[in-house]
Amino acid sequence: MSSAVFSTSAAQGRPFVFDSENAAEVCPQAELFTEARPPQRVVSAIFPGAFKDAKLAGVAPASRLALRPAPEMVSSGITAMDALTGGLPRGCLTEICGPASSGRSTLMLAALSAATWRGEFCAIVDASDALDPPSLAAAGIELDRLLWVRCGENSHQAEHRLEQLLRTTDLLLESGGFGMIVLDLGDLPPQTTRRIPLATWFRFRRAVEPTPTVLLAVERQSIAGSCSSLLIKLGSLKLGASENQASPPPTHAQLLTEMEITAELVRSRMDRKPVRSAEITFASKTAWAG
Amino acid sequence: MPFACIFVPHFSVAAVSRAEPELRALALAIFEGRPPMEKVFAVNESAARSGITPGMTKAQAELCSELTLRPRSLLQESVAHAVLLDCAQSFSPCVEDAAADTVILDLAGMASLLGSLPEIARNLLRRAAELGLDCNVAVASNPDAARLAARGFSGVTLISPGKESEALGSLLVEVLFAYQGASRESAEKENDQEKESAGRLETLDRWGIRNLRALAALPEIALSERLGQEGLRLQQLARGAASRTLVPVEAPAVFEEAIELEYPIVLLEPLAFLMNRLLEQICARLSSRALNTQKLRLTLELQNLTRGDSRLAISEISGRSDPSRTSAQLPAQLVSGKPDKFSRTLCLPLPMLDPKLFLKLLQLDLNAHPPGAPILNIHLVAEPARPRSAQGGLFLPPSPEPEKLELTLARIAGLVGASRVGSLELLDTYRAEGFRMRRFSPGQKSLASKNQSQPYSEPAEEKSTIAALRRFRPPLPATVTLENAELAGVVCSKKKEVQGSVLWKAGPWRSSGDWWEREAWSRDEWDIALQNAEGIALYRLVHDLLGGGWFVEGTYD
Repeated sequence: MSSAVFSTSAAQGRPFVFDSENAAEVCPQAELFTEARPPQRVVSAIFPGAFKDAKLAGVAPASRLALRPAPEMVSSGITAMDALTGGLPRGCLTEICGPASSGRSTLMLAALSAATWRGEFCAIVDASDALDPPSLAAAGIELDRLLWVRCGENSHQAEHRLEQLLRTTDLLLESGGFGMIVLDLGDLPPQTTRRIPLATWFRFRRAVEPTPTVLLAVERQSIAGSCSSLLIKLGSLKLGASENQASPPPTHAQLLTEMEITAELVRSRMDRKPVRSAEITFASKTAWAG
Repeated sequence: MPFACIFVPHFSVAAVSRAEPELRALALAIFEGRPPMEKVFAVNESAARSGITPGMTKAQAELCSELTLRPRSLLQESVAHAVLLDCAQSFSPCVEDAAADTVILDLAGMASLLGSLPEIARNLLRRAAELGLDCNVAVASNPDAARLAARGFSGVTLISPGKESEALGSLLVEVLFAYQGASRESAEKENDQEKESAGRLETLDRWGIRNLRALAALPEIALSERLGQEGLRLQQLARGAASRTLVPVEAPAVFEEAIELEYPIVLLEPLAFLMNRLLEQICARLSSRALNTQKLRLTLELQNLTRGDSRLAISEISGRSDPSRTSAQLPAQLVSGKPDKFSRTLCLPLPMLDPKLFLKLLQLDLNAHPPGAPILNIHLVAEPARPRSAQGGLFLPPSPEPEKLELTLARIAGLVGASRVGSLELLDTYRAEGFRMRRFSPGQKSLASKNQSQPYSEPAEEKSTIAALRRFRPPLPATVTLENAELAGVVCSKKKEVQGSVLWKAGPWRSSGDWWEREAWSRDEWDIALQNAEGIALYRLVHDLLGGGWFVEGTYD
């Protein structure tokens, strides 16, 4: 009977947990959860000798496991991105990766702006000390609500900065209460960031899971592997036709007014469907473009 | 009107025992005086049972092997007195500071607030014990009867109205004179009073008057003929019939604790144990007055060191060896040759009352700023503040707990440096790095911000996405190639990916400022697109017009 439950769950593409709605197929729910006949006794009846081992007796039966609810999604601050990804998931790790000038910081600041607008407190752990305060203000971030940790005092070694970033992130996750924590690894070389053990990302994922915090990592290449619930890849900058024309106007008559950002949804675990890559393009304006 | 009296027996001993609780179980004698004429000043009951009495020389007392000797500490006595006042004022606003070891409280009207009189007396005793003082508590209908009962009977004593004479009758007449001797007057007056008291006590002894019952039974006229008005006053006291008004004292809200060490401390770990004790005592005092603190000041008195041994001390106290630190880099106070004080102040964003949190914060602070010499005395002062009152809300977004956040920030500051963590504040300037870091305190200011009234409100209209700049700190020096007086190529030796031919450029945008100060600046800015190995990237190129160099300041990302 129990194997039928598992196969039903697997057939529906759900995670390997007990689905209370389907419990009636195999065993009356009232009978399963009555005090007179606790679930352990039910399983003992099905699998005689299963609880002879003291270690096994300490393992919670599947019937007691709760179905993990889908994470709450919050706005990333960019409508086009929300349409692509459904927003940023709380209690999950989201990765934004791309080369220089691909729009990673623009996305990061938009997400921070939306979070501070919601009244949340945010933290950014800046591995390269690269944050530009006027850009924060132009993006509409409430500076009082943002904790900025600048790694790398007295050290320009990427490894040392990375160590500071990881330890600081641990402390912030332990402290709790932040609506969004951003790990800015954007300027660290990929060969350095790839040294972060996968166990560290698992630890971060487990630490952030029961909290309403959005954990956002900005990097050049995806490094968290399966620990990230959402992976957004940004394409490299493309120059428009006006910039490539044969006889451009004099340089003092030109102005950088906008950048085109191309975003691709590489992985999303929010819906239990196979991932299909989707891509969007949108423009970001410079602060002086009006 | 009921009055309560709190009396601390063997006050000097109690003050020292409060600072060193492990001494309570031992036979303890307190001595004072200049060597070699040190004499025993006070003893506890265990020491008294061993035959140690006040007035013995220190050398005589030292013959008792199980006796522990400590010098008299006026500092600890003043702290213990402040604790006694705190304890009394946590129960009644009308408190008389009768003596160093005695306080009297007016309990009129307190029954409805604090319970019955026996309950209040028991709570007084318990609160004093929590604050580190073993005392006697007596409740009577007049202050002097309460005071005599507290001095004469141990534990809690309750005297019903009208039964004072009966209750006090068994006390020895010496209680009356000990009562006078403890008053706070000048040394000369005290000596005169002691002589007079000794004379009267001798007279009463000759009459065969041993206890208060006998004194109360003497005929009043005959007593006044022989001892005058003072004799009548003593008789009134003995009958418990003396009546007077209480002289309330307004104790200053000063919360300080101190420890004087016999041997200097050279490591931070034992210092933490002592600080923990002080913090627990100070928090208990603040708690008894329903107060918190927002500022803690730790002052350490350091031992004088010569240049030779100070290097060793620094490595020991900081808990890490630092051979690179030479004597030329020593703190100034170590070289000066004067008694040195090392002070650290802990400013909290909100009023708090958690000794463990305070200890951790002080430890982190001392790890970052070690005192640099062996520690002789520890002095801790807490500035009292009203507890914060905040109204929570079901629909408000989460925010970090202030206590946890403070500890987290201190730990992060230990990792990255105190000046590199916090929130930022823009300055009114066009200078490139026109900002400063300030303390991140989501407490009051942010709670009162505009979004609090509309916690889940979304932006009214979609804001346009603003392109961000990522700065290189410090800016990267660049070699710029010009063709026909126009930018053609950029090479950065420090960052290999920032190099290539210029595909597109806009500028220059000239700006300058602060020309009236030393830090004047003037520069031309360019926005350029470079073709590199990864693709095309946009950079901000700066030509410093005063220094004359080219720098890549950041990348648009």
